[in-house]
Amino acid sequence: MAKEREKPGAFHQIDENLKRVYEEALEQDVPDRFTQLLAKLREKESR
Amino acid sequence: MEAPLDLPEGVRDPRDELPDHLPALRAFAISLTRNVSMADDLVQDTIVKAWTNFDKFTVGTNLRAWLFTILRNTFYSDKRKTRREVADPEGTHAASLYVKPDHDGRMAFAEFSAAFDKLTAEHREVLILVGASGFSYEDAAEMMGVAVGTVKSRANRARTRLAELLHLDDGEQVFSDVDGTTLAVMSKSGVNAA
Repeated sequence: MAKEREKPGAFHQIDENLKRVYEEALEQDVPDRFTQLLAKLREKESR
Repeated sequence: MEAPLDLPEGVRDPRDELPDHLPALRAFAISLTRNVSMADDLVQDTIVKAWTNFDKFTVGTNLRAWLFTILRNTFYSDKRKTRREVADPEGTHAASLYVKPDHDGRMAFAEFSAAFDKLTAEHREVLILVGASGFSYEDAAEMMGVAVGTVKSRANRARTRLAELLHLDDGEQVFSDVDGTTLAVMSKSGVNAA
């Protein structure tokens, strides 16, 4: 019942939305260019 | 020339671990730039810089924090060089933005995103680091190269700025997620603690 809130409502809502901003970006697929870049860097290194 | 790392038992080579951090790195870049193609260029530069500086990384420390640091330093140095962003340290051009909370008092996400875009990069950075990506104030302070107290006050200013942009500062609708009784008490006492 007695839900503890360490922040007033506004900041609480802000933090919830901030997490959503970050999580939405996090859920996007990482473009192939980065996989290719890493492969290229590895290749260069092993030469 | 390759600098082979002398890895203790059970510790991964950061080169192998790096791909695990790409989604977070990219999410941080998108949060800072608010532009996916700029974010991807930033991630690309960060990967290349990290790769050529892995000899400076202390194995066993927080690789994600190290990568985030490279990314934000790159971001700010590019910004200084190109001045791509309109100089607006206090986000004054955002003053025209007027977003009313929904009827039930909970702000709509699109409105929140629009307000978030209006913040300065410094404010977006601190909010994402401590408010969303789960870093401690201490980690964030180290990444940002400032004192812990500065991180805390910057985060509070950024939250306050967002509340202003979203017109959540009148203490009325903002407590709607608390039950009615508490709401009355809170608005009467003018609760304003951070």
